[in-house]
Amino acid sequence: MATIAGTLAQPTQSGVWSWITTVDHKRIGVLYGVTGFSFFLWGGVLALLMRTQLAVPNGTVIESDRFSQLFTMHALTMIFLAIMPMGAGFFNYMIPLMIGARDVAFPRLNALSYWTFLGGAMILSLSFLFEAPGGGWFNYAPLSERPYSDGLGIDFYVVGLLTLGLSSLMAALNFAVTIINLRAPGMTMMRMPVFVWMTFVISILLILALPPLTVGLIQLLFDRQFGTHFFIATEGGDPLLWQHIFWIFGHPEVYILILPAMGIVSEVLPTFSRKPLFGYPAIVFSGIAIGVLSWVVWSHHMFTTGMGSVPRAVFAVNTMIIGVPTGIKVFNWLATLYGGSIRFTTAMYFAVAFIATFTIGGISGVMHASPPVDSQHQDTYFVVAHLHYVLFGGAIMGIFSGIYYWFPKMTGRFLGETLGRWHFWLLFIGMQMTFFPMHFLGIAGMPRRIYTYDDGLDWGFWNMFATIGSYVLAVSLLFFIWNFFRSMRREPSAPANPWDAPTLEWGTSSPPPEHDFDAIYTVRSREPLWYDRDHGIAAPVATGEHIHLPPPSYYPILIAIGITLLGVGALSHLAISALGGVIAFYGVWGWALEPTD
Amino acid sequence: MAHAPAVAHGGAHVTSTGTENRKLLMWIFLGSECLFFGSLIATYLVFKHQVIERGIGPFPIDVTIDGKVEHGIFDIPLTSTSTFVLLMSSVTMVLAVYGAHQHRLKMMKLGLLSTMLLGLVFLGFQVYEFRTFGHEGLNLTTNMFGATFFLLTGFHGTHVGVGVLYLGSLLAASFRRNGLGRETGEHVEIAGLYWHFVDIVWIVIFTVLYLIP
Amino acid sequence: MRAVLTARHRTGDRARPGTTRGLRRWAAPLALVVLALALVGCDAPMSTSEIEGSWNKEVWKPYWVILILAGIVFVVIMAATLVLPLMYRERPGREARQIHGNTKFEVVWTIIPVAIVLIMMVPTLDSVFKLDEKPPANALKVEVIGHQWWFEFRYPDLDVVTANELHVPEGRVVDYALRSVDVIHSFWVPQLAGKVDMVPGRDNRMAFSALRARAEPYLGQCAEFCGTSHANMRFRVFVHTAEDFDRWAKAEAADRVSSVSRTAEEAFLAAPCLGCHTVRGTDAAGIAGPDLTHIGARTTIGSGLLDNTPAELKRWIANSPAVKPGSKMPPMAQSAGGTLTDEQINVIIGYLQSLK
Ligand code: HEA
Ligand code: HEA
Ligand code: HEC
Ligand code: CUA
Ligand SMILES: [Cu+2]
Repeated sequence: MATIAGTLAQPTQSGVWSWITTVDHKRIGVLYGVTGFSFFLWGGVLALLMRTQLAVPNGTVIESDRFSQLFTMHALTMIFLAIMPMGAGFFNYMIPLMIGARDVAFPRLNALSYWTFLGGAMILSLSFLFEAPGGGWFNYAPLSERPYSDGLGIDFYVVGLLTLGLSSLMAALNFAVTIINLRAPGMTMMRMPVFVWMTFVISILLILALPPLTVGLIQLLFDRQFGTHFFIATEGGDPLLWQHIFWIFGHPEVYILILPAMGIVSEVLPTFSRKPLFGYPAIVFSGIAIGVLSWVVWSHHMFTTGMGSVPRAVFAVNTMIIGVPTGIKVFNWLATLYGGSIRFTTAMYFAVAFIATFTIGGISGVMHASPPVDSQHQDTYFVVAHLHYVLFGGAIMGIFSGIYYWFPKMTGRFLGETLGRWHFWLLFIGMQMTFFPMHFLGIAGMPRRIYTYDDGLDWGFWNMFATIGSYVLAVSLLFFIWNFFRSMRREPSAPANPWDAPTLEWGTSSPPPEHDFDAIYTVRSREPLWYDRDHGIAAPVATGEHIHLPPPSYYPILIAIGITLLGVGALSHLAISALGGVIAFYGVWGWALEPTD
Repeated sequence: MAHAPAVAHGGAHVTSTGTENRKLLMWIFLGSECLFFGSLIATYLVFKHQVIERGIGPFPIDVTIDGKVEHGIFDIPLTSTSTFVLLMSSVTMVLAVYGAHQHRLKMMKLGLLSTMLLGLVFLGFQVYEFRTFGHEGLNLTTNMFGATFFLLTGFHGTHVGVGVLYLGSLLAASFRRNGLGRETGEHVEIAGLYWHFVDIVWIVIFTVLYLIP
Repeated sequence: MRAVLTARHRTGDRARPGTTRGLRRWAAPLALVVLALALVGCDAPMSTSEIEGSWNKEVWKPYWVILILAGIVFVVIMAATLVLPLMYRERPGREARQIHGNTKFEVVWTIIPVAIVLIMMVPTLDSVFKLDEKPPANALKVEVIGHQWWFEFRYPDLDVVTANELHVPEGRVVDYALRSVDVIHSFWVPQLAGKVDMVPGRDNRMAFSALRARAEPYLGQCAEFCGTSHANMRFRVFVHTAEDFDRWAKAEAADRVSSVSRTAEEAFLAAPCLGCHTVRGTDAAGIAGPDLTHIGARTTIGSGLLDNTPAELKRWIANSPAVKPGSKMPPMAQSAGGTLTDEQINVIIGYLQSLK
């Protein structure tokens, strides 16, 4: 069943079971993408509730503890359950196609990452049925410790993030190996599309950043369950240790969130400007530089914790320096537009808007890189403005650009351009309305994470303004949802390369066959399809060789269920953990013995 | 193309770098593990002096508090012995890998078996050490020394345990069919990478915790 | 329920005609071009751009430099993202120029950010070290202790212990020692200074002076999320002339002076209050709640949440968690599960009000 000789037709599988057992990177990509987007909407609904409460002074919609749960779960959902999986969706779908491979290095591991992610996401989200975590997404100790948070909430946080971390680690390992090892002939590192490069950097960042977080979470778990005192000062622990551990993970994490978007934009801009990316090596190396520098700036989240002046000075300098490689990217993107012949598709709108809004977020970032300035910004809405400009204006804008750009490749259908325009403009305006006033609020002294504020502080007007903006955002997303379903009901009509794009994923049909490429490309340039087009080189033709496709497997989901139960057991009864352990062990056993040929 | 490389599973196929996928995976994974143990060791170091300052024993080494000498509970000769045992297991692991590559089934099995046994002996030492510490009043919650020490060495022990299971599964597999498949050499070598890593981590832990005052 | 939370800052001398305020609000969208303008337009009671303290003066040295540079980068990049796409949009006959890069340009736009960053660093580093300078020997020492969810202020040299309302002399540097008894809080008076966290187990310090005496208090707020009533953890800072401050400190250091009858005091001491509160000169020596020795002299109660009036005191004492979610002071009125009758509470209120 696995090996297809000669002919390339793979028996098309359908039905739920085929999705559950799939090890096809494209299907897993779709699973990641759809799940991630659903969580994005859910996270947005949580945000709307917060905005509703904050619309007027002394609002009475949501009470204090519930509000804490909202901003905690909003951030966790957006970061870990929306942006990261949507990024992973694109990695999964596109990376093998872009490097001219037929799959990822470890297809079953890939499936396992997805199902483990889903398990972790369930643990985190279903906490709402019991008690959602309410300590903020960085969950500072000792507030997160037993004496101050006695309920299950923080335990959901710990177990959920541990599970999600495991999933991300597996995915990152897989992509690092895939990119290093499975490139098509001629695809040297310096010919890889920027998106592939960014994925590679992200994978390395994840592989190195997740262990510290894991250790921190385990220590918190031990504090809460087994009576240690890692973060409790009165017993000899140190609350700031948690902050260091969290931000050593946390700062690389924010680049993990933005680099996929930067990669996407680096693909979209050249395609629609009809010219190669300007300064490819500079963009790649600045991406690497950002990755490296992200390790030496974490304490800029801790400028107000009473670190000495020397560490503050050092971290301030390091943080400001990060603006340089990022600036190089921005300038090169702009230079890519220069001299082009720009086609304004919706994807292009999002890409250009990305440059503008991300830069605004970057600038406010550099502003609070100065510790004296940050002593006024820290924990105010100015930081909330910053983080939404880089996360919404950056990561989400980039992801939408990618959705419009790759939709034809993934589905064989186009998203409507008119509805796309509506979506874009409403989103763009809504986003400015929601988040720009937060700068004013921050300067006017509004702290973040407050569920209520007094009137007479001059905060009411801009809060109402921002709330209206967030509803505009919601409307814009309804346009997108409409657009999506409208397109999916249409007949597929997209040719292999509708945008006349230069990279390999456009060198196969839309959507691609299960084996990705009938024949493997030989890469001769950074823009292989344009090179072949300009040099009259025909696409390679199938040779009728054996194409090996890994058979579907239900062990990944089985192991993931085991892992999830292990976590659930830690929250309720150890018997459930034991059951999970048995299931996971059985899964690994079966996995190891399962033939992959 | 004649040498279509992008075949989608971890077998011994042509890859862009020539390194086998699974081996590369193990290398990168071990990079991740470095950060894991690095964080645990760092936590230990953060609290090292503070433990003595607070004066709540037991302590790892001899300290003088208010003119009274408190005896440290580390038993260096004992732990040196267990360290030696673990070091030896790396030697037998090398033998196993050599045997697997040379298609010398017996040697490989013997190597795997003795590595596992040495690993188990090491774990035995650790259990003994933990129990002794427990009797002397040190447990997870006594003080920060207890917390950081048990967390760090506990996770290392877990890694040794996983390694024993891992090698055990290779050993079990070698009893099937002819015992030495096309890829056995690779498999055992990758397991060897893991085992050596766990061994090296212990050398670091031993040095940082036990030897450096 | 929430309408409760309207202990309003006194408008005092900053009453402005409503129209100008409205104008200022509408002026802000124009300020979108340069953030700086928006800051000028901001004079909210908790505005960080008001320079009323020595710390803020120091903050604004790098702030201006960075703001101007940020404004320039903002304008340039916004202009470029607007103009370039419009200039080079697809037109019949237009061919995209197939350029891959240009070393000269790349060098230029590496150097420019480097230069910007260097310029920002100079005043930044200068201020970092200045703000950490040792306070002068004559600095007034104040200990600020964070509790869930109120602030305790101690003046070790003056024998003063109070809560939620900080009094300082104008122009004199105050050396703040910042502590916490439970979770992390953060000490922040936006118009005077930036914030420094109050971390359990650590002894954080900050030193600054308030530049001028003023009738209206400065508003402060806990700036680190600390649980249920983080939003309600507010405080006030009164800046006096030196003489006024001395007068206040002397009164505050004294034991309680009560003008009402001894029976009222006995009623208070018979109630559960003394388990948590201190009234110096009486048997009440609890430490879980704010010191009440001179509670009558405060303008607000419940860490800036309610005005200090008999009616508000009544609501507070009867059922403080209903006013301030999570409050660690249990309900006292019988109707809310406590032990005190209405009359008893009224007597106690009379007593508290008299403790000037
Ligand atoms: C996608 C995520 C993302 C990205 C990319 C960034 C990018 C940056 N961030 Fe941000 N940050 C967050 C997400 C992100 N951040 C989040 C989520 C928080 C809050 C966490 C929390 O508390 O909940 C945060 C908080 C945060 C803080 C702490 C604030 C506080 O709590 O007090 C700081 C302080 O230095 C900071 C700095 C920066 C800097 C300097 C950059 C730089 O990388 C930006 C670089 C970009 C540019 C500068 C623009 C383009 C450059 C040019 C056009 C060149 C010319 C310009 C100059 C040389 C200035 N960020
Ligand atoms: C990762 C990215 C990300 C994204 C995309 C967003 C998106 C949004 N965020 Fe969030 N936010 C964070 C990350 C993000 N945020 C983080 C990290 C914090 C800090 C948390 C902390 O302090 O711990 C934060 C905090 C935060 C706060 C501050 C809370 C506080 O400090 O008290 C606010 C307040 O306004 C806010 C608002 C919003 C809004 C209005 C959106 C909007 O953009 C949302 C837009 C989406 C929608 C409007 C959804 C649309 C829904 C539909 C159309 C429904 C369709 C329904 C069906 C099909 C059933 N966010
Ligand atoms: C179990 C402890 C406890 C008891 C008993 C208690 N209080 Fe309190 N009280 C507190 C705490 C804690 C606060 C601070 C609450 C806050 O602001 O979050 C407080 C605050 C107050 C305040 C406001 C002080 C200020 O500066 O804001 C007043 C007034 C007060 N209590 C009066 C009383 C009276 C009167 C009684 C007895 C009838 C009483 N308390 C009993 C713990 C207690
Ligand atoms: Cu105290 Cu927030
Ligand atoms: Cu950061």
